[in-house]
Amino acid sequence: MNFERIKEKLNILADAAKYDVSCSSSGSNRKNKDKGLGNASNGICHTYTEDGRCVSLLKILLTNHCIFDCAYCVTRKSNDIKRAAFKIQEVVDLTINFYRRNYIEGLFLSSGIFKNPDYTMERLIAVAKKLREEENFNGYIHLKSIPGASDELMYEAGLYADRLSVNIEIPTISGLKLLAPDKKHEDFAKPMLKVRNEIIRHKNEKKLIKSTPKYAPAGQSTQMIVGATGESDKDVMYSATYFYKKFNMKRVYYSGYVPVMKDARLPSIGTQVPMLRENRLYQTDWLLRFYGFSVNEILNDHHPNLDIDVDPKLSWALRNLHHFPVDINTADKRMLARIPGIGMRSVHKIMNGRKYRKLNWEHLKNMGVALNRAKYFIVCNSRYWERRDLDSERIKGMILQNSTGKFRNQYSNQLSLFS
Amino acid sequence: MDTTKSLIYDGSFNGFLTAVFVGFEQKLSHADIQCNQRAQNGLFSQTETIFTNINKAKRVWNGVKKRSSSAIKSIYFAFLSRQEGIEPLLYYYIQKLMGSIENKGTDFSDDYVLKINQLAHKVGREKHRMEAFVRFQKTKDDVYFANIEPDYDVIPLISKHFRNRYADQAWIIYDVKRSYGLYYNLDTVELISLDLTDAHVNSINKSNAFTNEEYQYQDLWNNYFNSTNIKSRINKKLHTQHVPKRYWKYLSEKKEAV
Repeated sequence: MNFERIKEKLNILADAAKYDVSCSSSGSNRKNKDKGLGNASNGICHTYTEDGRCVSLLKILLTNHCIFDCAYCVTRKSNDIKRAAFKIQEVVDLTINFYRRNYIEGLFLSSGIFKNPDYTMERLIAVAKKLREEENFNGYIHLKSIPGASDELMYEAGLYADRLSVNIEIPTISGLKLLAPDKKHEDFAKPMLKVRNEIIRHKNEKKLIKSTPKYAPAGQSTQMIVGATGESDKDVMYSATYFYKKFNMKRVYYSGYVPVMKDARLPSIGTQVPMLRENRLYQTDWLLRFYGFSVNEILNDHHPNLDIDVDPKLSWALRNLHHFPVDINTADKRMLARIPGIGMRSVHKIMNGRKYRKLNWEHLKNMGVALNRAKYFIVCNSRYWERRDLDSERIKGMILQNSTGKFRNQYSNQLSLFS
Repeated sequence: MDTTKSLIYDGSFNGFLTAVFVGFEQKLSHADIQCNQRAQNGLFSQTETIFTNINKAKRVWNGVKKRSSSAIKSIYFAFLSRQEGIEPLLYYYIQKLMGSIENKGTDFSDDYVLKINQLAHKVGREKHRMEAFVRFQKTKDDVYFANIEPDYDVIPLISKHFRNRYADQAWIIYDVKRSYGLYYNLDTVELISLDLTDAHVNSINKSNAFTNEEYQYQDLWNNYFNSTNIKSRINKKLHTQHVPKRYWKYLSEKKEAV
């Protein structure tokens, strides 16, 4: 193996793959087979880069040669950058050797599109097949579904991969037309639909025939770029909801647009990455998936964008003060989960703890409830609670005054008085 | 009747469970269970030395497990934290658990129960970290070798994970701080204790024990680690929060930063 040449390729092709934010290696249930190498179950982050993102998979492109010219993408045809391509065996060797040293949970393989979608998809499948069949590798494999790839290939990909994903990238169809004129919305939807149907079919067959092979056991995911086309948070979250419902997505990722090239259609280079907005979108995503909120409660025509200065749950509570205060000792799980400052772990602890005795402020504090936010919305076994009839503006003001936030300097209007 | 007594055990988990058994047998309302390396006699309390008895330990283990399988995990994990004074807390916890049918060890409004759960959580986090931060280096005799220095004694907890995952390669994971480790010989995992002249940390200094190829793969990994970083999103605080500095010296990708 020529390490110098591999090193050069690795640098180019890892650099090009890093804007794909998915790093999850969980949700699969692949066991180690016949004393082979590896297994895939709960997911482990083996290290974190200096930008604070987790590294759990070897995330690379097979090649960054591409026939498309999408404005938001570093590897677009018209961008003047170094191009490289891995041989199939090189990717296999890298994966196995990194895995054996406990650097990674597996492989995340994407690719620029060369020749045509099917040809590219075939090469991706060839890597996964070789890992599974020749190396008896049972670690995690995440393959990209190439938009426009045929159904037969998508079927085959699912037999070797744990997760498949197509990145929708642009949340609105009009945005897609503007930035990626070569791509059609249907090309994205087709492989997603095929994979969804196969997953359902394999699950049903598994119930009858135990030896049914695994098909993409960790499901599908997708990614949207935010902040590139002036879309609203409502646009983003409504299309995310559509993907969760229509394609049974395991995850939708939101990637704040990092300006990488000059283009009149895009934010200019040097524009700050919208990290706070990204954070708020993820918080909303969690509220939808784990806290029992529906999307129109948080975002609708009256509130098309999320608040920047407070989290979406607090923002919802401030608009819906008539639901509060909630009695910690009697409220049902659904309502407990809606109290600002109480997460699902605390809900679990409260539900268990209150079986033994009535809970007071001390108990809640010890359980880890963020009382600085929660105290305005709850009553518990104590003579003290917030009795003043406060309106939402005052509550918000007091919460902001008594807390600190890591993004506060980005939106604080404290200094604007004299500037 | 005075029901407080010091029970001195040998430091093993089975020894501790035996002490719990003895405590229950003698109907002690408070058992001051102490490890023999740390034992301190109270001025007026009685002292009894406990000899580990597997059968008695098993009866306690099975009894607790029947009540709640998550409680038995919390007990074992919290025990491995080896925090001073953990044993009497655990005795209290087991007492409560066995005291009533409804109690499942999830009374989070009880300070001691909450404390044990939090300790178990900390040990669990350390276990998970070790599963992530072990970096194997390939020796010339084809053994994948890694040094660790965990905050808690998690070697017994990680054995299964590595055995299941790396079933086709021989490996050693060695706890430098506690001077013992695991050796997988392609068949079973055994406990070993080595006479290490120099700890094989991932330093820039190369050791003769490892293959040349090993250093080339470390180099590739470091390159990958750097290329996958997005510079315009830099967040060093978050980085060190996830990868605390005390682990850096064993991580090949951070060796230049140490």
